Amino acid sequence: MRYRRPLRAGALLGLAVLLAACAPAQTDSAGTGEDSMEGTLRVWLFSEVDQDPKEKVVDDAVAEFEAAHEGVQVEIQYIPVDSRAERFQGAFNDPSSAPDVAEYGNTDLAGYVEAGGFADISDELADWKPGEQISDDVAATAQVDGGTYGVPWFLGVRALFYRTNVFEDLGIDTPRTLEEVVEAGRTVREEKPDMLGLSSGGAYTYGFMPFIWAHGGDIAVQEGGSYTAAVDSAEAKAGLELYSQVLSKDVCPPQTCAQMTGNESVQNFIAGEAAMTVGGNFNLNAVEAGEVADDTAVIPLPGTEPGSVAPAFAGGNNLGVLAGTDHRTLSVEFVQLLAGKKYQRAMYEAMGNLPTLGGVQSDVAASDEDIAPFVETLESGTRFVPVTGAWASIDAEGVLPTMVQRVASGDASVDKAAGDAAASLDESFGGE
Amino acid sequence: MATPAPPLRAAGRAFARLRRGGRLEPWAYLVPALAVLGALLVYPLYQLVLVSFYDYRQPQVTGAQPLRFSGWENYRTLLGDPQFWEVLGNTVVFAGACVTGTIAVGGCLAVLATRLSAWVRTLLFLAALGAWATPAVTGSAVWLFLFDPSLGPVNQALAALGLTGFEGHSWTYTKWSAFGLVLSQVVWCSFPFVMVTLYAGIRSIPGEVIEAARLDGASTARVALSVMLPMLRPAMAVVTVQSIIWDFKIFTQIYIMTGGGGIAGQNLVLNVYAYQQAFASGQYGLGSAIGVVTTALLLMISLVYLRALRRQGEVL
Repeated sequence: MRYRRPLRAGALLGLAVLLAACAPAQTDSAGTGEDSMEGTLRVWLFSEVDQDPKEKVVDDAVAEFEAAHEGVQVEIQYIPVDSRAERFQGAFNDPSSAPDVAEYGNTDLAGYVEAGGFADISDELADWKPGEQISDDVAATAQVDGGTYGVPWFLGVRALFYRTNVFEDLGIDTPRTLEEVVEAGRTVREEKPDMLGLSSGGAYTYGFMPFIWAHGGDIAVQEGGSYTAAVDSAEAKAGLELYSQVLSKDVCPPQTCAQMTGNESVQNFIAGEAAMTVGGNFNLNAVEAGEVADDTAVIPLPGTEPGSVAPAFAGGNNLGVLAGTDHRTLSVEFVQLLAGKKYQRAMYEAMGNLPTLGGVQSDVAASDEDIAPFVETLESGTRFVPVTGAWASIDAEGVLPTMVQRVASGDASVDKAAGDAAASLDESFGGE
Repeated sequence: MATPAPPLRAAGRAFARLRRGGRLEPWAYLVPALAVLGALLVYPLYQLVLVSFYDYRQPQVTGAQPLRFSGWENYRTLLGDPQFWEVLGNTVVFAGACVTGTIAVGGCLAVLATRLSAWVRTLLFLAALGAWATPAVTGSAVWLFLFDPSLGPVNQALAALGLTGFEGHSWTYTKWSAFGLVLSQVVWCSFPFVMVTLYAGIRSIPGEVIEAARLDGASTARVALSVMLPMLRPAMAVVTVQSIIWDFKIFTQIYIMTGGGGIAGQNLVLNVYAYQQAFASGQYGLGSAIGVVTTALLLMISLVYLRALRRQGEVL
């Protein structure tokens, strides 16, 4: 039994060495630096509920691209939006399974850039003519710290949907300010207790943010290189106060509405259970296919003064080039083709997505009156979330919905909820 | 060319020596089990602990930012966060209620099963197996539909009975009502295991023992408490420890039924909180620290419980 002790000591020593020497795995994501002009170009796009029209447009673009570039094949893969975080994390961790070009949601970009996933293509885009037609607000959704990481492909902008027949029956005028929107909702619910005045939930971040933006508030302000929370400013609290009137039993009872997301908020409207909702241009098709189609009108969500428009969130998807690509030139060219005038127009016709190029926007607004209120909203200026990798965790922890839900459920006053949310935001910004 | 025989022979002698000592043979038999345990249990656990000591977020994984050993920082952040303590409190109370509920329901039905006629018992078991076999995701969705504020049969039935207050009543709005709803689902899908195990335990108690107790004049309650329960202790230990571990780690039901943690995060439990921190926000280091704390807590609870059981055994 004498030789047991050294054996055990050896094992312990080995374990200690193992613990000390090993660190969690890291990937070397720097690409080969190669810029091949032939071979297979791999592209990730998001899959859609009704995907055929999108595929058709993309197939046309691929055919055009392959015809123009000999020896190049474009391989398109459609990935689900819900599991995009895992897919992109996987792509960044293992460059050999990553695509060359990818469609991504613009709020995710800062996190991707922080992870070193996307390539800065400012130089290539500098002399791309159509790019000049993209407004600064929208262009900013593809920029992080002065670098440009893609081209905005299409946008989703929200506006106020309302039921014309309900408003007529009750003699309500089209609201001209946010206050009047809330007032109209109150009148509807008073007269028709089965109906929600304004269907807009407590978990609907891009439904309540316009209230805060319209009052001059913001999520955070950038000073130097870092962000500081601003949701506890007097302006932001005024917006929050007004939204808390929406989430009350007089307009949209918290029992029903506190947990609602954007989708659920719009579903209530489509089901005929609400007189108003904040919906996106991407909801138009569903509304038009529903029973309330003939009695629905859309106007830009009004601001605090008559004639003003509440700033909308510039949500949308961009096309970018992965940092590890070995087909950089081809990738940029493909992005420029797919995000160019011709295919933006085609995507609008196929999917109802709002184009990002100013020229295409005015074309479609002139030819289709349904889209006009959204273009008007877009032209009056949009806002965006803080461009920082911390946004991913702020979003996942539901900091802003929590703030609204606490006020709605009576758990905290506006001051307290906004103060706590600001502290939580600052902690996330500082934690980078 | 040298013949390979001598080293082989030497190895053979060493092997034989070890064999004679009986030192190698048990290990040889254990190798497959150890390999599986090592690969599936020890290594992931080792990685979990390791990652929890690093500042390890998405940029560090992809190598965009340098890896930094942060020592106890993740644990300090976690333990200094009031939300963590609230979530821990929620988890302990909720898991405790789930364990109690599951064992009470499963135990009562097991006793009932021993007194039913064969075909009624078969029906009971079939129904229980149905609940057991239902995936948690499906079960949660069905439960949510049953308790839907406007379309759910439960509210409609209650309203039809004259309780009009339940029209449009949201079961997930207040904290404890939401936990109660999830609890009922958890009990529903986990009582069959308790029932089947305890039923088998009760059946394995020899009839003579109970008969002897009765002849000595013991009442039914006395037989249950002083004869059957002690004999069921091994089975009880298994179901209790299993239930504690399952219910402490609950994820699916809370995630689906309260929409990822309820209004303003009021229904968060440890596992959902860890998921939120680690995967959704990409803070793998902090998420691992939560994982380590959960593991340590579970080990502690299980050990204390097993010790208590054993001590009772010595007294009796």
